[in-house]
Amino acid sequence: MGEVDAGQDHAEFRRDVREWLEENCPPEMRDGAAGEDSICWGGSSWTFTCTAQKDWLERCVERGFTVPTWPKAYGGAGLNRDEDKILKQEMQAIGARSPLDSFGIWMLGPALLKFGSEEQKLHFLPPIARGEIRWCQGYSEPGAGSDLAGVQTHAADQGDTWLVNGQKIWTSYADRADWIFALLRTDREAKKHLGISFVLMDMRSPGITTRPIQLISGASPFCETFFENVEVPKTQVVGTINRGWDVAKYLLTHEREMISNGGNVMGSGRALGAVLSDSDTGQSDPVLRGDAMRAEVDSLALEMTLERYKDQAEGGQGVGDASAMLKYMGTELNKQRLELVMAADGADALTWGETPASSWLRTKANSIEGGTSEVMLSIISRRILNLPG
Amino acid sequence: MAKLIQTEEETLLSEAAHGFLSKSAPVSRLREMRDAGKRNDPELWQEMAAAGWAGVLVPETAEGSDMGHAAAHVLARELGRNLTVSPFLSTAVMAATLLRQFSDEATIAKLKQIAEGAITYAMAIDENAKFSQERVELTAEKRGNGYILNGKKRFVVDGCEADRILVLANSNEGLCLFDLTNKSKGMTQETLAMIDSRDAADLIFDDVEVSGESLLGEVGAGYELLKPALEAGQAALAAETTGLAEAAFALTTDYLKERKQFGITIGSFQALQHRAAHLWCEIELTHSAVLNAGRILDESPEQATLAVSVAKARATDTAQKSVQEGVQMHGGIGMTDAFDMGFYMKRARVAAEWLGDYGYHAGQVAQLRGF
Repeated sequence: MGEVDAGQDHAEFRRDVREWLEENCPPEMRDGAAGEDSICWGGSSWTFTCTAQKDWLERCVERGFTVPTWPKAYGGAGLNRDEDKILKQEMQAIGARSPLDSFGIWMLGPALLKFGSEEQKLHFLPPIARGEIRWCQGYSEPGAGSDLAGVQTHAADQGDTWLVNGQKIWTSYADRADWIFALLRTDREAKKHLGISFVLMDMRSPGITTRPIQLISGASPFCETFFENVEVPKTQVVGTINRGWDVAKYLLTHEREMISNGGNVMGSGRALGAVLSDSDTGQSDPVLRGDAMRAEVDSLALEMTLERYKDQAEGGQGVGDASAMLKYMGTELNKQRLELVMAADGADALTWGETPASSWLRTKANSIEGGTSEVMLSIISRRILNLPG
Repeated sequence: MAKLIQTEEETLLSEAAHGFLSKSAPVSRLREMRDAGKRNDPELWQEMAAAGWAGVLVPETAEGSDMGHAAAHVLARELGRNLTVSPFLSTAVMAATLLRQFSDEATIAKLKQIAEGAITYAMAIDENAKFSQERVELTAEKRGNGYILNGKKRFVVDGCEADRILVLANSNEGLCLFDLTNKSKGMTQETLAMIDSRDAADLIFDDVEVSGESLLGEVGAGYELLKPALEAGQAALAAETTGLAEAAFALTTDYLKERKQFGITIGSFQALQHRAAHLWCEIELTHSAVLNAGRILDESPEQATLAVSVAKARATDTAQKSVQEGVQMHGGIGMTDAFDMGFYMKRARVAAEWLGDYGYHAGQVAQLRGF
């Protein structure tokens, strides 16, 4: 397949993509799987589940298809929006798995593309595209949760380097990550939003340690991350020193869209209708049925809203602050759905194993991670409704 | 499917409708009409017809503007924002959708009259306190070439003022639809003093003789003929109700920014901010459901049931939340007749019941989603 220019005829592009997928996507990677267990996260410690997963990643890397819309110089395929959509449609048509998913692709990449220097882009983006470096996000701290701009992990100025001391918490997969992007306090005198820098750090740096946190679901997706006299070159600041909050806000919009778009929101196993029909309680309990009907109506309306926002984004209107609405409504609804599933299954759901119990418990984090529901409502109130304060 | 964003044409239509209605038929007009005991505004309807609104779903062969359902929803939403009184839903949406299934000369002539604003219609379907197109006891008994109608229809919106009535009746051989003049001999209109100050009546049929020509389509085809018209009406009513919810919400957020207590604007209290923000989210979801219903009705109307019921259920619920929160957040002034919120609240309640309430439509959704 030749160069992909923006002006190239779409029919031709579609045919090329289809042929390429036919030749290159291994049969094992065409099962349409999208759950936590089928994701390829990449990184130096990554163990491929099978050779097909490895082959699929390598072939996509070669074509820039792990990050299709990034420029070629940074490891992408330089596709425009229409071409990207065609690629996704064709992948969906054969049930192709995503070759690589990561916080580098979803969050850091877009922030680097917008705020990074040319050297930083050339240095950090290609390893993300190739799945060689796995990133984690160092935002929250024990004293800075919803009040994220209150971060205290300190970077002391030592001339060419920073000396970092402090603690992060809720760092997703920190124990498996190669690098971390973090918000650090670089000016303790300035107003809190104006003394923060966005800094990249190698997790192997002396002085960084991690400790997984076990959640009520039994899983440990989050860690505590400790920094003790960690030396970081100043070239690893993204954007302007002390203006890291601008980068952080931009990245948070991407994170919220990701959470509301991803499996965390809609893909909680079986449809409610099937759950109710399969269970005796679901058949006979009119109150449960009523609640489930309401949740179903709302789920459908949320799906239509996701569709509408995607159409808006394609038309060039960004989702912007409305991502707070998707995050809030999506996660609250997901919690409600899992409550209904638990109730429908009754005592059958009360054991560990092949039951909805751990998913039900996992959903409780959805309306906290990436900004709580209450923070989302405050964003809507201030930035969309322009209410005072 | 076409995209779930307004096209340029739809935006222009919405701006034109907004400009016209906020001047000619705002909420203050409804208040004047209520105080004067008026239930309809024929001059306004003439102006709407001249703008092509009455013919929004009338085919071009019958000289309609035939702009489609999504366009009808754009108009209905503006009518809802302004609480404009008009026979738009009964006549321009439901009767037109029903009649355009026929292409005989007599029906084309009626469609033409609808588009011109020369005749208005009311739909006589319900017989009980709750919407149901299946429980029909009004009888149609064959006599000679025609039929004799006996029974009672309830909550016939526009039932006093409409020129013609579409009646759902039960014959020995199934449900039938009749198209007759509202002045037919043997018919009595019992005017209802509606809380939303609009036209509605109970219609009593006492040995009403109708000709064979007034039967629409085949005997027994009543429900099939009615279905597209009902769905079009339900979706347009959802659009109207969404407009209502948005307008009531706008009143509330304006008030939150202006009213001061404890020395500060009450909109700075988080307890109220989060309620307002939640309501905004509800309206966003409902707006998407209405857009989706419009697109599906225009593109594949035979598959629209789910989309229409999601829209009507959501709009019903959202409008009621919007007016209830609206009154509460306004405090005492929200309870007064001098303030407009009450008009929104009363219309939201009537719109909730008309053409199927939340439970009816959520039930439709559940059934189609395998509950």
